[in-house]
Amino acid sequence: MTLIHLAILLPVAAAIAIGVLYRYYRKINIGWLALPVPLLIAIYLATLIPAVSGGEVIHETMPFMPRIGMNFDIYIDGLSLLFAILISGIGALVTLYSIGYLSQKEKLGSFYIYLLIFMTAMLGVVLIDNVLMLYLFWELTSISSFLLIAFWHKNDRSLYGAQKSMLITMFGGFLMLGGFIILYLITGTFSIRGMIEALPLIQENQLAPLAIVLILFGAFTKSAQFPFHIWLPDAMEAPTPVSAYLHSATMVKAGIYLVARFTPIFAFNSLWIWLILIVGLFTMTWAAFNSIKQNDLKAMLALSTVSQLGLIMSLLGLGALSVSTGADEQLFTAAIVAAVFHVFNHATFKGALFMVTGIVDHETGTRNMKKLGGLLTIMPISVTMTLITALSMAGIPPFNGFLSKELFLEAMISIGNAEFGGLSSMSFIVPALAIIGSIFTFIYSIRLIYDVFFGKRTYHLPKAPREGSAIMLVSPAILTFLVLVFGFFPNLLSGTIIDPAVMGIMDSSTSPETSISHWHGFDSPALWATVSIVIIGTLLFISRDRWMFIYNYHKERFTLDFAYDQLLLYSRFGSQKLTDNLMNGSIRSYLLYIFGTFVIFGCLSVISAGMSIDFNNLSPVSIGEIIMVLITIVTLAVILITKSRMVSIIMLGAVGFAVSMLFVFFRAPDLALAQLAIETIITALFLVCFFYLPRHSRHEERIRFKLTNFLVSLGVGVLTIFIGLAAYSERLFESISQFHIENVYDLTAGGNMVNVILVDFRGFDTLFETLVFGIAGIGIFTLMKLNLNRRGNKDEEHTEESRV
Amino acid sequence: MELIIIILSGILIGASVYLILSKSVLRIIIGTSTLAHGVHLMLLTMGELKRGNVPVLDAEVSSYADPLPQALMLTAIVISFALTAFLLAVAIKTYRELGTDNVEEMKGVPHDD
Amino acid sequence: MKSTLKKAGYSRVQKQMHDVFLQFTSKVVFFIIIMFAFNLFFAGHYTPGGGFVGGLLAASALILLLIAYDRKTLFKMIPIDYRLIITTGLFLSLAVPTLSFLFGTPFLTHQHTYLQLPVLGEIPLHSALLFDLGVFLTVAGTTLLMIALIEGEES
Repeated sequence: MTLIHLAILLPVAAAIAIGVLYRYYRKINIGWLALPVPLLIAIYLATLIPAVSGGEVIHETMPFMPRIGMNFDIYIDGLSLLFAILISGIGALVTLYSIGYLSQKEKLGSFYIYLLIFMTAMLGVVLIDNVLMLYLFWELTSISSFLLIAFWHKNDRSLYGAQKSMLITMFGGFLMLGGFIILYLITGTFSIRGMIEALPLIQENQLAPLAIVLILFGAFTKSAQFPFHIWLPDAMEAPTPVSAYLHSATMVKAGIYLVARFTPIFAFNSLWIWLILIVGLFTMTWAAFNSIKQNDLKAMLALSTVSQLGLIMSLLGLGALSVSTGADEQLFTAAIVAAVFHVFNHATFKGALFMVTGIVDHETGTRNMKKLGGLLTIMPISVTMTLITALSMAGIPPFNGFLSKELFLEAMISIGNAEFGGLSSMSFIVPALAIIGSIFTFIYSIRLIYDVFFGKRTYHLPKAPREGSAIMLVSPAILTFLVLVFGFFPNLLSGTIIDPAVMGIMDSSTSPETSISHWHGFDSPALWATVSIVIIGTLLFISRDRWMFIYNYHKERFTLDFAYDQLLLYSRFGSQKLTDNLMNGSIRSYLLYIFGTFVIFGCLSVISAGMSIDFNNLSPVSIGEIIMVLITIVTLAVILITKSRMVSIIMLGAVGFAVSMLFVFFRAPDLALAQLAIETIITALFLVCFFYLPRHSRHEERIRFKLTNFLVSLGVGVLTIFIGLAAYSERLFESISQFHIENVYDLTAGGNMVNVILVDFRGFDTLFETLVFGIAGIGIFTLMKLNLNRRGNKDEEHTEESRV
Repeated sequence: MELIIIILSGILIGASVYLILSKSVLRIIIGTSTLAHGVHLMLLTMGELKRGNVPVLDAEVSSYADPLPQALMLTAIVISFALTAFLLAVAIKTYRELGTDNVEEMKGVPHDD
Repeated sequence: MKSTLKKAGYSRVQKQMHDVFLQFTSKVVFFIIIMFAFNLFFAGHYTPGGGFVGGLLAASALILLLIAYDRKTLFKMIPIDYRLIITTGLFLSLAVPTLSFLFGTPFLTHQHTYLQLPVLGEIPLHSALLFDLGVFLTVAGTTLLMIALIEGEES
């Protein structure tokens, strides 16, 4: 347990404290108490920067469940640190922002508890080396995201969005776990470091492509890559601070982190590279294209986030090329630098944009861009911030988005110059997609600025618009300030954050010595690409009314959302139908399923495996035992035939006494005693119950009904006999009884082996058995005290009460 | 002897299944009771019957019957008793609430929520 | 014992009347059974018997009384709350294994020693007995609770 472990767990501890505190103390906004938590963590992590940027890594182990290899191992390199700082830093800003955003009337306790749980989960994902723990925290992010999206749970859209995000991300997460397990089977370790060391094993193994696909399912669902991006726009029903935090700055980047983290392991495989590159680029373009038609501000930003994530993804794919081939290293290191830089930049500008959107929504009461317009004079500060951050997103100099965008374009364009097998014929597609995507990005960024703040002032807003409160403005202002600072002085980051992170992704120990500059000279293709993007984008924006109709061709029936809804609907119908047919409420049919399956599969396994019966190892038969066996069979027959309940109870007792006599013959005095006592008590119990039970013990049954029962029970009986004989004849294991017999005096100072096994050797069984027995008693107690008639009509209730 | 007991327990289990599949609650409860008997006998037989003395330590005896199945069965016997008692309580309660002991008539109406 | 019980049950169901002869016999038999039950319980570590059997027998002794009289009279004679017995039993069977942490041994490791008493001679003391006592109490308490509840059900 080190400070880092504590830092990961601190938010959860704080969540518990806040939950308790919120019950009793509501005078001040509870958010002020949550704020120090991410702040402290951010400061602590910032103190680690000098060490980590010096090439140092922090590796702390802590056994958690060592037996299954699940250890709370921390591994911090530049990559983890970058994400951890983003998580805690943006977390602090978002907490501050939400103090202004959410009013005291909301259930703030729950909100901050979920938010802090999310913080722990996310820190866990990025700082932990063990994939099992990583999976645990990964799913915890899904759960906390679910809770946060459904925060306004009275709203149907919130519930729908929460369910959608949960289903999709957990589906991916589960497949990812499968990928991890395959990796474990190959390498024999759950540690990512260990896997990197065992790289040759993975490279040789046939299962590696399967592991790649499964892990990418996890990454793509979490990072909302096509075709799993559909959950993100619906997740926008969450409160805006949540959208800013989870659905743009941190959680959706977990997939990016995962891909970056596994790059050293999988980069050798071209499947990994091409899947990431193509899916990333296609997602970027498709989402940016769709983003333009959105009228909801947050939906537009959500799709823009999807698009930006695709951009980062594709850069990582490109970077993986260099790790695998080592060729043209300079070029492809640049791709990874761009990816890391853009992760950081995206967090700053998109976080700020979301927060400003939240302010607009909060102060005007709507997010619909058709209703908004001309807010320029009313919200001057918000306008300024939107202008800076949106232009940064569009890739306009001198903001930081421009720098990373230019790196991106440069990397994508120069892919044509590189020589790789099978690439040259398709080489034009990659830069083309990149430029088209960037054009759409430019268009929606401009639309965002123009439609909300410029244009004609509208007066039919739900609320009278005004500038947001100071608390709400602080956080986006800080982020905007960062956009500016890193736009003008990008090299502040290059040595401290970017280089260590790049080293982490490449798993190399040499620093790439990044130096980011604004101007690359006129011969730089990225410059001309940017210029053409701006020109084409501006033209298209001005003429947008003429070409927007093309969106009408994309009918609702062909969208992925529609497919998702149908899938959900039909799976519900299907399961309902199946359940209705199978679960008809009759216990007998359930039992028939169970026994039928038992008979069928039992027979199948007996036939396929074959069985040998050995009659040699048998003990002699005595006359007393035969009599007892005959008594049992005869009484059993009487039970089956008789109609009188009294006779059947007495016969049941007779079976019990015959069995206990058999126990006596078989040298089991304890069993015989217990069976006798129990038989007595059961008979007494049945007699006591008689008063309350119907007179007849059986109902008339039709022949068909009886025949089915007879056949099933005959099958079960015969199969049991066969299984018993086979099991008796073939001893697969040495019995452990001898140990108990030999050590009964030495280890436990006892004489009666049965009792010693019960209280000492296998005392745990007995402990739980007493527990089960106690539970049965409590069950009967509740059952007998339960009065089901209470929910019925009033008159009955009265009579019931007067009788009691 | 083992052969006979295995067949006996098969008969017990088969008959219990027949009882459990019938309509009357009382017969179902009796069925679970006899099912437990069948299973217990089967378990005991798996540890070989009548080999050696009663499993109580004795200086003059060197061979004992297998104590492990006996210990496991002792708990099983007690649990099966608890199960029978619980089922009886359920039977009494359902008979009082529903007025029938026929499980076919007890079927709830599906989707009444 | 079996026939007595059956007769008792039968008479209660059919006539619901007091049977002096039965009541007297059951009192005598009760003490015999309960002594036997305790004997089985205490000797269980060395000879056949133990918590389960002892508990069941003790319960059946009380059930005999329950059938000969009725619940209220039984409660007047032996005023114990069965739920309390179950609780004590469960507590014991959980606490005794936990105590082994005090000795620095793993959960459920028993301690034993021998005690020299003036008259009785050497007496073995075993913490397994306490554990078994937990089993005894739980089994007896639950069995009695079940029967008493079903017997006392208002019709």
